[in-house]
Amino acid sequence: MTFMKKPNVRHPGLRKNELGLTRRDYEGLLSTLCAGCGHDSISAAIIEACFEMDLPAHRLAKLSGIGCSSKTPTYFLNQSHGFNSVHGRMPSIATGANLANRDLIYLGVSGDGDTASIGLGQFCHAMRRRVNMIYIVENNGTYGLTKGQFSATSDRVSKSKKGEANLFEAIDLCTLAIHLGAGFVARGFSGDKEGLVPLIKAAFHYKGFAFLDIVSPCVTFNDHAASTKSYDYVRAHNEAMDRLDLVPEREEIIAQAEEGKTVTVRMHDGSLMRLHKLDDTYDPRDSESALTTLRKRYSKGQVVTGLLYIDDEDADLHTLLNTTAQPLNAVPMSDLCPGNAQLAKINKSLR
Amino acid sequence: MKRLNDFVVKFANVNGSGSASANLLFAKSLFRMGLGVVPKNIFPSNIQGLPTWYEVRVTQAARRARRGGVDVMVAMNPQTYAQDLAEIVEGGYLIYDSSLPRPFPRDDINVLGIPIARMCADAYLNPRERQLFKNVVYVGALTALLDMDFKVVRQAVRDRFKGKAKLVDPNIEALKMGRDYALKNFKCPLPVRVKPGKAPKDRIMITGNEATALGCVYAGATVAAWYPITPSTSVAEAFERHAKKMRLDGDGARRVAVVQAEDELAAIGMVIGAAWNGARAFTATSGPGISLMGEFLGLAYFAEVPFVLINVQRGGPSTGMPTRTQQSDITTCAYASHGDTKHVLLFPGDPKECFELTADAFDLAERLQTPVIVMSDLDLGMNEWVCGPLEWDDARVHDRGKVLDAEALETGPEFQRYGDVDGDAIPYRTLPGTHPSKGAFFTRGSSHDTYAAYTEDGQVNAENLDRLTRKFATAEKLVPKAVIRRSSQTGKLGVINFGSTQAAVREACDLLARDGYKLNAMRLRAFPFGREVAKFAAGHDRIFVVEQNRDGQMRALLITEAGIPAEKLVSVLNYDGMPLTPDWVRGKIAASIESDKSVAAAMQLSVRAM
Ligand SMILES: Cc1ncc(C[n+]2csc(CCOP(=O)(O)OP(=O)(O)O)c2C)c(N)n1
Ligand code: SF4
Ligand SMILES: [Mg+2]
Repeated sequence: MTFMKKPNVRHPGLRKNELGLTRRDYEGLLSTLCAGCGHDSISAAIIEACFEMDLPAHRLAKLSGIGCSSKTPTYFLNQSHGFNSVHGRMPSIATGANLANRDLIYLGVSGDGDTASIGLGQFCHAMRRRVNMIYIVENNGTYGLTKGQFSATSDRVSKSKKGEANLFEAIDLCTLAIHLGAGFVARGFSGDKEGLVPLIKAAFHYKGFAFLDIVSPCVTFNDHAASTKSYDYVRAHNEAMDRLDLVPEREEIIAQAEEGKTVTVRMHDGSLMRLHKLDDTYDPRDSESALTTLRKRYSKGQVVTGLLYIDDEDADLHTLLNTTAQPLNAVPMSDLCPGNAQLAKINKSLR
Repeated sequence: MKRLNDFVVKFANVNGSGSASANLLFAKSLFRMGLGVVPKNIFPSNIQGLPTWYEVRVTQAARRARRGGVDVMVAMNPQTYAQDLAEIVEGGYLIYDSSLPRPFPRDDINVLGIPIARMCADAYLNPRERQLFKNVVYVGALTALLDMDFKVVRQAVRDRFKGKAKLVDPNIEALKMGRDYALKNFKCPLPVRVKPGKAPKDRIMITGNEATALGCVYAGATVAAWYPITPSTSVAEAFERHAKKMRLDGDGARRVAVVQAEDELAAIGMVIGAAWNGARAFTATSGPGISLMGEFLGLAYFAEVPFVLINVQRGGPSTGMPTRTQQSDITTCAYASHGDTKHVLLFPGDPKECFELTADAFDLAERLQTPVIVMSDLDLGMNEWVCGPLEWDDARVHDRGKVLDAEALETGPEFQRYGDVDGDAIPYRTLPGTHPSKGAFFTRGSSHDTYAAYTEDGQVNAENLDRLTRKFATAEKLVPKAVIRRSSQTGKLGVINFGSTQAAVREACDLLARDGYKLNAMRLRAFPFGREVAKFAAGHDRIFVVEQNRDGQMRALLITEAGIPAEKLVSVLNYDGMPLTPDWVRGKIAASIESDKSVAAAMQLSVRAM
């Protein structure tokens, strides 16, 4: 059960990161999800990425809605504050939290039901507002927690475990994200940890709305042969578009990449991201090309993964609102309350 | 009919014709002459074309209620002409635009025709000006007819168009045009007229929404999220306007973030996110928005996130009467959301209290770690009210409640997010990012233990619910007390009211006292009710509860939450959407007293005892 603490066994041999912390220090409580659930692999990838990035976990806030996926923030980063809000409304919580303190990192975790159905509106608006956050959808094409109903990301050709046909068109969240102003759009697969960890890291380095659609099979309700979100289906149809290398600011780039195949993007925090394209028909900095590729590959039944789109616009919601550099929750009251002399002037203007 | 400083002028206009500015100028000038003015804007849910009225009661300075009845009608709207004509009291005055002939089916009123449209057509070429200045012309005529101090009116125009000097002279010219016409053609002043009054010099004229917004600024709110809805929109707009001026850092960047959200769910979500993260945050809405915010209100109650919700109530149910006033969200707000929830409500009685109680709301919310709802209404929020000046004590320290910083976490006992450490049932909280290894917790709307961990242990959940009940008892001691006004020490008749009905109820009590009915009055200012509420009830046999809703929502709350016997509480209910008049309140209460023999007998006894 969720309230069970993991035994605190110290392994002296565990590797430590620059903060002197081990991978263990980035873990959370024991997961209560079904054995083999894709969501647990994503939690593991988040833990791995944060450990490797030497992230001070208390400077991160983890936020979620409701669903099996939204439960997962309990299972990683125990030293972070968490907020398990209400169904579909994590984006507004994240927006407000970010407005109050622009200096923390905000990691939102949601499900396809949470994001593509009840929360579709909030998801869209958080993107167009360019909230500086990482937004992960753990996409299993079903409502896990309420026991296997179709979700809005279920493909039209997919069938339920009981064999029912899905009558409605799927919403492709990556396409939507590119349309609505997410500056970083990627798709990952929970079964591909090697591909996933660099994507998560890159999202952390991006300033703006970084969206990760991670296909994450639900072993209990949507992992059967007629499902397009099963481990087998995704493994068979996965087309990786690129491979990512992140070069932190302090390290030099040694090897020159092969011309035309590699795109180097400087992130806002100074680090460099090198993208080794496995398909050179598209350019991830061009939204049109990304959208066309997504559509074409989808119609062939393929599941494209990798970094699909990135822009280098530097403006987030705070830039757009012209808020002060100091976190709003730290501005002293003396700078917020104008005092009685000012009120006397206001009174005068009301006479 | 002779009336000095005591009459009602009503303007009947077409919405969108630019009358609002001229009508406000009229009210403002009378206010500056030291008189009591009670302006009410009776407007449609429409941008252009439908009828709209503006009513100004001129009265002695202490009176602040709408009177009802019309002594002088300025009938500028052909659509409502017949209805407007019928409203004039016997012996009253009709001022109309005589450019076109009109019927006068009444011979008990005085008719003053001014060819306003023709005068404006002659004076102006631009059609928009021809329309706009018609309003200024009738105000000009009134300055002569009512004997207003023209210097004051002229100055009001200058102040109104400060920074737009080009507009000053044309407006004054238009005023003079109307004034000269009246002086030349009518016997000025009329027997209905004003003379300068002696009201205190420090009074101000302000809407409740403006004052509420200033309360948010002074409370130090830094995050506001909202979705437009009448009649609350001007709270957020005024907040943004003031904050943009008063909240700049040295580089011109803002110490405030205002977001127009995609709906009320997002608005309240943003506010909760910001408040959870340590900012003072608020949202403002009205009826339909309150309904949408229900789920999040329950989360904030249960997860104990402090923020302020301004509810400027309007006519319900459903979309209801969006431009009319009511106090019909009492039950909904007291218990908003599913499960056992209860919220702290504050009831300001005038704009000055909108300012004060809104500022207090932020302190209370953070002290109690719960949402606080400020229950304003359309009459209070959108109409201009005359009240005392807004005041801020510079020595006041904002109460930020129980928040542990890194040092406290380092040196203090083990952190339990929902533990009752101090015996007041209010727990301690921490903000994200405070300490590398202490104080992190998981906020959730699911059942939790004192460490904020998920639990399905029914006993643990019940204990937490009980603590929340005890926390509400703590709230009872902290919220503003009801204000009691006695007209008799021994009388057994009482009246209870709250919010904007204050003006009418107070005047009604004076009228009733004159008729020999001495009532003690208690004005509620908060829910949960303090001890004084039940005590007041215990000391009276019969208490009239005046409220603007159909179902007697406050009465029901008094019965269930203050334990007042139902038979003592007599509902006086109004729900036609208009601000109450003292006369209506007096009539209802007097009739009830008369018809109730036993009460009359009790009164006799108390009169004899005096
Ligand atoms: C307002 C509201 N309606 C319905 C529910 C019930 N509910 C809980 S989780 C869920 C669906 C979750 O699906 P998804 O986001 O895909 O998460 P998964 O469990 O698949 O990871 C629903 C409908 C709820 N919690 N709140
Ligand atoms: S029901 Fe599906 S989504 Fe939920 S925990 Fe089990 S496998 Fe995962
Ligand atoms: Mg799902």
